[in-house]
Parts: sequence; structure tokens; C-alpha cells
Amino acid sequence: MALPTYASPLERIWHWTYIALCVAIFTFLIAPILVVIPLSFNAEPYFTFTAKMRSFDPDGYSLRWYDTLLTFGMARPDAPRDAAWWADVWANARWINAAKNSVIIGIFSTILATVLGTLAALGLSRPEMPFRRMIMAMLISPMIVPIIITATGMFFFYSSACVDSTTTLGRWLAPVLSNNGCLANTYLGVILAHATLGIPFVIITVTATLIGFDQSLNRAASSLGANPRRVFFKVTMPLILPGVISGALFAFVTSFDEVVAVLFIAGPDQQTIPRQMWNGIREQISPAILAVATLLVVFSILLLTTVELLRRRSERLRGLSPA
Amino acid sequence: MQNALDPHAAIVTEASGGAATLLTTADGQPLARALARSSARARRRAFLLVAPLLLFVVVTFVIPIGQMLHRSMYNAGFADNMPQVSAWFQENPAGTPIDEAAWGALAADLQLAAGNRTIGIVGTRINYDVPGTRSLFTSTGRKARDGFPPPYRDSLIEADAKWDNPTLWRAMRSASSAYTANFYLSSLDRTRDDDGKITTVPERQQVYVMLFKRTLWLSLAITGMTFLLGFPIAHLLATLPMRKSNLLMILVLLPFWTSLLVRTTAWMVLLQQQGVLNDIFVWLGVVGPDGRLQMIYNRTGTIIAMTHILLPFMILPLYSVMRTINPSYVRAARSLGATSWTAFRRVYFPQTLPGLGAGALLVFILAVGYYITPALVGGSTGQLISNMIAMHMTETLNWSMAAALAALLLGGVLVLYWVYDRLVGIDNLKLG
Repeated sequence: MALPTYASPLERIWHWTYIALCVAIFTFLIAPILVVIPLSFNAEPYFTFTAKMRSFDPDGYSLRWYDTLLTFGMARPDAPRDAAWWADVWANARWINAAKNSVIIGIFSTILATVLGTLAALGLSRPEMPFRRMIMAMLISPMIVPIIITATGMFFFYSSACVDSTTTLGRWLAPVLSNNGCLANTYLGVILAHATLGIPFVIITVTATLIGFDQSLNRAASSLGANPRRVFFKVTMPLILPGVISGALFAFVTSFDEVVAVLFIAGPDQQTIPRQMWNGIREQISPAILAVATLLVVFSILLLTTVELLRRRSERLRGLSPA
Repeated sequence: MQNALDPHAAIVTEASGGAATLLTTADGQPLARALARSSARARRRAFLLVAPLLLFVVVTFVIPIGQMLHRSMYNAGFADNMPQVSAWFQENPAGTPIDEAAWGALAADLQLAAGNRTIGIVGTRINYDVPGTRSLFTSTGRKARDGFPPPYRDSLIEADAKWDNPTLWRAMRSASSAYTANFYLSSLDRTRDDDGKITTVPERQQVYVMLFKRTLWLSLAITGMTFLLGFPIAHLLATLPMRKSNLLMILVLLPFWTSLLVRTTAWMVLLQQQGVLNDIFVWLGVVGPDGRLQMIYNRTGTIIAMTHILLPFMILPLYSVMRTINPSYVRAARSLGATSWTAFRRVYFPQTLPGLGAGALLVFILAVGYYITPALVGGSTGQLISNMIAMHMTETLNWSMAAALAALLLGGVLVLYWVYDRLVGIDNLKLG
């Protein structure tokens, strides 16, 4: 990027303009995300830096919005903060319940998407795979098809996907279905929907890892007498594991951030964090939303760090970049 | 098992035989057949690995969307609940004068639907085509509980004079067959006039074509903006040494990993009239305290927020292509006398086109179907077609209309997806 010594004055001016431009664009990219962090500590219910905040007066800052996250929806928020108060938080606080739902739905949909997606990626990476291109296009399409269309389709499907609760199958499935035996308004429905939306990410990351995969390692293992299962768990799996984990993280984030499908197919019992945020933003936006946003930004920084470390490890393992 | 893993290990070529001898495997089978069998087995195994996921995606994704497409042309709200008058329409072709038999069938059906409490569904279905008729059905339904005395025409018109309306009868005729293209006609701001010819709806009722056009224009604008902002960044990242560019890459990837709702909220906070950006403008003296800019809840808000959200999808493919461009080409051009602008325009830029095409297509595809951000920051002028689909799903409850709009949008997106697959290849889709 350094300027050559023979650069003309005009080129020097252009070079520095270019650098300034890039700084401005990076600011555009990152500033909106960083600005919510200090604002979430605002002592006033405003979305701007108050005079006290600008002069770094400690009175201008407070944790009241983080406190709201705990107390909102509680039965007795003003009771003394003893064990009973915390039990109340755990049982009734809206945001805590939303977080619990997000984690439950996220984990199960991630497991489903990762297991099915990794198996499929292994198949798709084999040169013998028939109709490879067509099938790949179909499996990636949940990422491409507008979410509103997917959610609309799922809404119709889940409201009609019902099992008669008097049949054996119906009795057996009753715990995971809604009262009338349908998939709509159930955890299972949301988990299936989120798994579908997460699958493309698993396929993309795992096939990307498999591109650099040396098939002769598998042959070597089987020629040394390992059975296919042993080959998979002892040779293939450790090598593609970084890709599988980043795919799983992508799937988890997709579920954790998904709101449209939840809006359409989930019931009041399956309120997730994004759904709760959506309500908050649409009705009366309060700085409590910024407190959630800050927590989510911290969460995404952690995830990004993990994925970057995994990617580097994967490249090192596959010999694509020096250690 | 060992044999199955590597059938080639079992192949023995009969070197001693002449040229005419058939090559066979160790157990005496012809080599060609053994090879065909083993490759069929390999294909089957590869397919078996994919099969569970394929089944899963078909059930949870393809079938629901197929069902939705079906709904866009199928609405049995009238046909199922008004059997006799539907039958009369089947027997008598369009243009037949409405006789007493038809009025009798209508009266009987109204009584039936009122008894079954389905009169609202029937009214809603006709209301899609002739606005304001739902109440006609429900109010007549209330009077129909004990049946109408013949002559039916007179007693129905006595119940409500609006029944003597050819437009209404035409709408009932078209609703009497459950399969209909009417919802697609409506999605294109078209309707059928009294002669059954397709015409444009009155100007003040035209919404959908305008929305489709707006969606296209805004998506193009957003794609253009992401290109203008993404190109310099991708270039910088691609030309810096690896260590520095990896650090800066974090600034691109962090927004990518941050929740969509968080980013949208952040823009709401920044762009509000009492928000941070307006405060800065006032402080700088760019605008007066009374002249705070309206940058959100309109088209500007949608463009700014969506450009920010989709920018990484432009930068990442551009970056991965620019990384592979050999810098000596530009140096060669410069040494041959090209100015830096000419070298960029004639030598560097054409090499970035694959990345540019991939990024632009991806951003455009994602922008066309965007829902959340326009819904939150778009106000009334920044809404896209997705928001209209959501409105029909959740507010007007005209699900067939929502399905028809969704089908048109889906068709457009699938065409673009196909182009993307042809030009770029889905395998080259990169995430970070």
C-alpha cells in the first residue's frame, strides 16, 4: 500500500484522500455498533449523549437499563433482593425467559443443522455425487429465498401439519405439539424452522473445509485396516472439525438472530430475544433495548474471535498458510 | 468391507494374456462391469449421506413453499361454502342472464352458510374482488337464518338492494371456481372489467406495481452504494500486508456477526431527529436547531441502514478476488507509460469484475427480499414488497394475495439465484 517514491504530487494527494476515505468507510461500518454501548449506560431515557455524559459526570451514567432487563415482567420487582427475588427473576422476567427460549431453540436447531449438514457436505464433496449442482443449489436456497416467503410458507404448513391426538402417533407426539396437535406455536416447529435456515451456513463452511481435504489420508487409514467409522472419527473428523464448529456457530447465530419465522410460527410461549426486541422497537423504544444490544454486541465479538481462531487453525491444519 | 472400500485393490490385470483377452478382476468378473458396479456403489453412498438432509429440507422448506404457491391460485372460500350457486355457475356459461334458479341457489346457500357460520369466509373471499361486500354477506346472512320466501330475487333485493349488481355476480362467478388467477392479476394492479377483459385498476388503487418498482430501484441503489463503499475497502484490505489486513478485516466481520436487530436499532438511535447524528450536525452548525434532518422512517433510512447491513456481502467476494490479482500487471502498465488512472481502469478494474459481479448479485438478491430493516426504519416511503406480503399476512389476512405477491417475488429471486449459480457458482459463496 505504500506510495512509490516516484509518485507525483497529484498521486500523493489522491493517496491520502483514499486513506481518508477508507477511514470514513470503516467508521461507517463500526461506529453504529460501538455507539450503542455507551448509550446503554445513559441515566436518562434518551437516545443521545446528555450534557452530563459528555462531561463524563458519573451521575450521567447508570446501570438502570440493565436492571430493567431483570425486573421487567417480574411478579414483585420491588421486593428485597434475596434468593426469592432471584427465583422470581428466573421464573418471570421477560428478557430472562426470552434468553432461555433463544438458547434452547438455538442449541437444538444447531445440533440438527450441524449433524445433517455435515453428513450432506461429506456426500456433496465426493466427486461421484449425482446431481451435485442441483442438490447443492436446493440445500443453499433457504439462505437466498427471502425470509418473509419462507416464513409465510412455514406458517401455512405448520398450521396444517397436525396429528390427531387420539391416535397412537398423536399420543406419542403430544408433548412436542400444540394443544390441537399441530406444529404451529411449538418449540419443535421453531427448532425445525431455524435448523432449515441454518443448514446453508453449515454446508458452505464444511464444504469449504473439505475442498482442501486430502482424500489419500482416508485411503491410507483404511489400507492400514481401519473400518469406515474409525476412519471418519480418527482421520476425517479432526481435520474438518474447525469447519464444522464454525458452521455450527453460524447456524447458532442464525437461530439466535432470527425474528421473522418466530413472528409467524411461534406462540406466546416461544418468545425469543429478537422477538422481544422486535416488540420493544415497534412499540415504545426504550434504552433497555440498547442494554440488550450491548450484551449482544459483546456476544458477537466473542463469536467472531472464536470463528477467526478456528479458521486460522483450520488453515494451518490443512497446510494452506504457514503456522 | 475392505474390498468395498477400495475395489481397485482387487483388480488384477492379466499381463500374460494377449491383447484380445478380457481384463478381469481377481474373482474373474469383467473389469468394466466391476468398475461400473463399484462406481454405482460410490454414487449411492454419496447420495445416502446427503439423503437425510435432502428429505429434511424438502419437508420443512420445499413443501411449505409449494403449498404457499398453491394457495396463491387456489381459494375455496366461496366454492366450498356456497355449493348450489357455484353449481349454477358451472352449468350456465358466462353471459347467461341471472334467472330465478340462480337467485334460489344463492338464497339457499346464504342460509346454509349462515347456519354453518361460514358466511364471513364467503364474504371475505368476495370482498377481495369487490371491496365493501363483506358486510353485505354478513348482514344478509343474519336475515337468512329462517330462509327467504320465493320469489327469491325480490326477497333478496328486499333484504339488501346491493344484490342486484352485475359486478357482484361476476365476482361470485369467478370465485365459484376455487382455482383463480385473480390474485396474480391484482398483484400486477390489473382486474377484470364487466366484460371479463383484463384492465388496469383505477390509479388511486394502484399499489403493487409501484412497490415492485420501488423495491427494484431501492435494491439497485443499495447495491450501487455497497459497491461505492465496498470497493475501496476491499482494495485496501487486499493490498495491505496480511497481518494488517487481518486486523482491519475484523472491522468488516464484526458488523457481519452482529445481530441484524442490533444494527437496525443502532441506526434508529443514530439517525433520529433527536439522535446522535443530528446532535453532531447541530453542534457543527451544519443545520440549525430547528432544521434537524429527517433521516429515518423514510426512504433515506432504509437505504442507509441496508447499505450498512449488506456491505460485508460486497466486500468479502471483492476481497477474495482482489487478493489473487497479481500486482505486477499494474506495475507493467505503469512502466509502459499508463497513468495511474489508466492503469486502474484498463488493467486493474477488469480483473476485479468476477468479485464485483458476485458481490453485486448477492447484495441485490438479499436486498430485494429484505423485510426487517424496512419495516423498522422505512416509514411509509421506505417499505418494500416484503413488507406488503407481511401486511397481507398479519393485518388484512388476505393470505392468497400475500401468497401471489410472494410467488412473484420468489420467481424473481430464483431467476437471480440461477444467474448467480451460472456466473459465480454456489460453491464459491464465502462467509468470512
